[in-house]
Amino acid sequence: MSTTIDDEVASGTPEKPTKRQRQAAGIADAASGGVKMLLIKLLALGLVDAISLYALFILVSAGEWLIAAIVAVVTIAVNWIYFSRRRLPSKYLTPGVIFLVVFQVFVLVYTGYIAFTNYGTGHNGSKEQAVSSLMASSLQRVEDSPTYPVTVVDQLGTLGLLVTDPDGDAFVGTNESPLTEVDAEFDGDKAVAVDGWTTLQFADVLARTDEITELAVPFSDDPNDGALRTPDGSSAYQYISTLEYDEAAGTITDVDTGTVYSDIGTGAFTAPDGEELLPGWQITVGFDNFVRAVTDPRLAQPLVYVTLWTFAFAIISVASTFFLGLFLAIVFNDMRMRGRKYYRVVMILPYAIPSFLSALIWAGMMNESFGFINQVIFGGASIPWLTDPWMAKVSVLIVNLWLGFPYMFLICMGALQSIPDDIQEAATVDGARPWAVFRLIKLPLLLVTVAPLLIASFAFNFNNFNVIYMLTDGGPRDSDAPIPVGFTDILITMVYKVAFTGQARDYGLASAYSIIIFIVVAVISIIAFRRTKSLEELN
Amino acid sequence: MRVNKKSLLAAGAVAVIATLGLASCSAGDSGSEGEASSSGTLTVWVDAERVDAMKGAASAYTDKTGVEVELVGKDVADIKDDFIQQVPTGKGPDITMGAHDWLGELSTNGVVAPIELGDSAADYLPVAIAASTYEGTTYMLPYAVENIAVLRNADLIPEAAANFDDMIAKGQAAGLTQPFVVEQGAEGNPYHLYPFQTAFGAPVFGSNDQGYDPADLQLGNAGGEQFATWLGGQGKNGTGVFNTDIDGEIAKQAFLDGTAAFWLTGPWNVGAAIDAGINVSIDKVPSPTADPAQPFAGVKGFFISSESKNQVAANDFLVNYLGTEDVQLELFEAGNILPALSAAADTASSDPIIEGFAAVGEDAVPMPAIPAMGSVWTYWGIAEADIINGADPVATWQKLAADVQAAIDAG
Repeated sequence: MSTTIDDEVASGTPEKPTKRQRQAAGIADAASGGVKMLLIKLLALGLVDAISLYALFILVSAGEWLIAAIVAVVTIAVNWIYFSRRRLPSKYLTPGVIFLVVFQVFVLVYTGYIAFTNYGTGHNGSKEQAVSSLMASSLQRVEDSPTYPVTVVDQLGTLGLLVTDPDGDAFVGTNESPLTEVDAEFDGDKAVAVDGWTTLQFADVLARTDEITELAVPFSDDPNDGALRTPDGSSAYQYISTLEYDEAAGTITDVDTGTVYSDIGTGAFTAPDGEELLPGWQITVGFDNFVRAVTDPRLAQPLVYVTLWTFAFAIISVASTFFLGLFLAIVFNDMRMRGRKYYRVVMILPYAIPSFLSALIWAGMMNESFGFINQVIFGGASIPWLTDPWMAKVSVLIVNLWLGFPYMFLICMGALQSIPDDIQEAATVDGARPWAVFRLIKLPLLLVTVAPLLIASFAFNFNNFNVIYMLTDGGPRDSDAPIPVGFTDILITMVYKVAFTGQARDYGLASAYSIIIFIVVAVISIIAFRRTKSLEELN
Repeated sequence: MRVNKKSLLAAGAVAVIATLGLASCSAGDSGSEGEASSSGTLTVWVDAERVDAMKGAASAYTDKTGVEVELVGKDVADIKDDFIQQVPTGKGPDITMGAHDWLGELSTNGVVAPIELGDSAADYLPVAIAASTYEGTTYMLPYAVENIAVLRNADLIPEAAANFDDMIAKGQAAGLTQPFVVEQGAEGNPYHLYPFQTAFGAPVFGSNDQGYDPADLQLGNAGGEQFATWLGGQGKNGTGVFNTDIDGEIAKQAFLDGTAAFWLTGPWNVGAAIDAGINVSIDKVPSPTADPAQPFAGVKGFFISSESKNQVAANDFLVNYLGTEDVQLELFEAGNILPALSAAADTASSDPIIEGFAAVGEDAVPMPAIPAMGSVWTYWGIAEADIINGADPVATWQKLAADVQAAIDAG
């Protein structure tokens, strides 16, 4: 960027720069080798503009006007900010704000919105879509009715079907007029043209797809005979509809049973006895999902112990990884030790392997009959590492310890090295024993630096989906629970199972859960950060 | 100041050049994935491995009708969810490849349009047509049928086994401690155990003329209890034939190493066995009773989006093009599973492996696609795993039936 010191001065002082200041800015610009920076700036902005323009093309051609407008406004704002000689704070803040809005605020707001809807299996479209889908699937081909070869014909803009019946006679009909026999030209066994009508070529048929999909030629004057419809423009079949939609009343009637399904505000057509016709449509349901998350007996019963285990898992994981990391950091920080560098590399290795992979490998090693641990280390013992409820919990903690301690080791090492040696010397001179030095001086100083990271680590482990999913998938399953929840499931994996496994998805409920989890983590983090402030007063 | 004027000009130039360049790129890019397809282009989502097999049919269709067919390779794992989410927004494809057990979910979400196969329905294998039908309406054009069978290491055991006990006896006579392997895992694997369950006369749902009847849960009938008792006897506290520690990889390794001579699995694993130099024969699933052991059939096919603006072309393309023998054979060669069209299936059966799976498939029953099946899967495997690991078979099985019934009623 070609910003100069002058910009900072200018942004600090709202008055217009004086003539001398501007001259000075010009000299500074020329002197700062600004051409290179200017080129980089131009390239970067050009790239941003090019991407925005590309996005605009796509958005406009897809008819996404709102998003296109937002992209345009943001792009113009970005150009204005970076070509301006002032607005230094904006120059620093803009990229961060854009990313914050795109990746955090939008996701949060959208999740929040979904949490108040019934979005999920059977409720993922609009009411119009639900109606048209119901009507389409209610069409039933009349039993043992033949296939009718048809030609699509046009008369003054009205589409009709030229139908050849199995006896070889030709009929023509439209949406309004039932089939009537006509004299037609035949091509082989199929009637292809008739006087007074224009025969449509396949390309014309495709161009008028919408009209042809709507085309239902009554078979006779008796509506119970159904209508001929053609799905592909060349063959027609006789259908009767089992459902009737009354647009004025907003109800759907089952022709066979006479049951009336009406829209009672639940997002689906519902019969008086509560039976729903699916698909339904998406509606907002207020706090229903939140209420259901805590009151539905099927969900609430496992929720209690899953929550307890989630806290236990997160707290023990943070504590165990921290103390192991700290212990190793202290050991490897001892000057008397030889080859520390190599040991440190070994210690950091688990950190270098993707945690997905590690968890899967551990799952294999912990297999009761065939796993490496039982077969080789314990000489063929059958220890139920992953199949006993308590052992599985222990296994999860062990694996998470293995995955997590290198991180703690690294940060503790850094923090330890930043504690001045003279503090320790002073304490030793005062006659303090090593344990006392560690407990009363080093640990508190260390915690000042590390505490925020421990809180972040707690938040991470609270939602540590990967380890649970890859290692035990929440198992062993609790066969008494009414939902497929297991003894090592934490909240986030339980939410995943409730909302996304099986054939019924419930995005609304999942969003409600994730908001609840978010609130829990946020509250704990705020309280914890408040308390760490008292640590800082140590200094 | 002078510098800034220049920079504005330069920026303008950059923007204009970029615009022109991108405009020319994007001109040829219309109708790409995620866009509403305009009339004249059919967008088809295809399993990435089968894109090449579809190209011939697509270009032949374009030559004949002038309708462009755009094939979009998709990761199999994402197709269903993407389809369900994108169709209501009007942006999904016109046609997607899929499997018949998605049918209940797709239909409940209203994202698929019915397909009329007309008289050509008789040209398909009956199981393929049954699987493509949901509540009396056909929604899928089937192209392949898939079922599990027993892979036998013919070098170790030259003769097919007459029944389940015979299979174990033959393997033990050949000196194998674990003659038969089948994929299980901590949460069981009911799909692979289903042939044995059906041999005891315990289907999951009864059926009516519309297909499977979700109101008629057959799981907990007397046959189911007999099956559970038998399963318990073959588990941890019995013969040990079934073991929940054997997952897919362990079963595969045992067969490839020759420590197991029989492997109950699907056609997707045959390649690995042949590559490992095993002399593979395909046998029917040996039944533990006098009745045949019927595996589930999985049928693969194509669905039309209910929001497609090209319904006519989509129907024409599927029924009149993808339903032809040539295309079905091309798809067969890409995936090596039995074509759904009878004529193509006969041609493909010249391969002994395919013939073997086809013979087993004659007994197969379509896997229920009704949404209630979701409630069954949730509890089924875990109950079977418990029984294998020594839980009381009859009590566990009855609890399974009760749990499933409660879940269906609840939801």
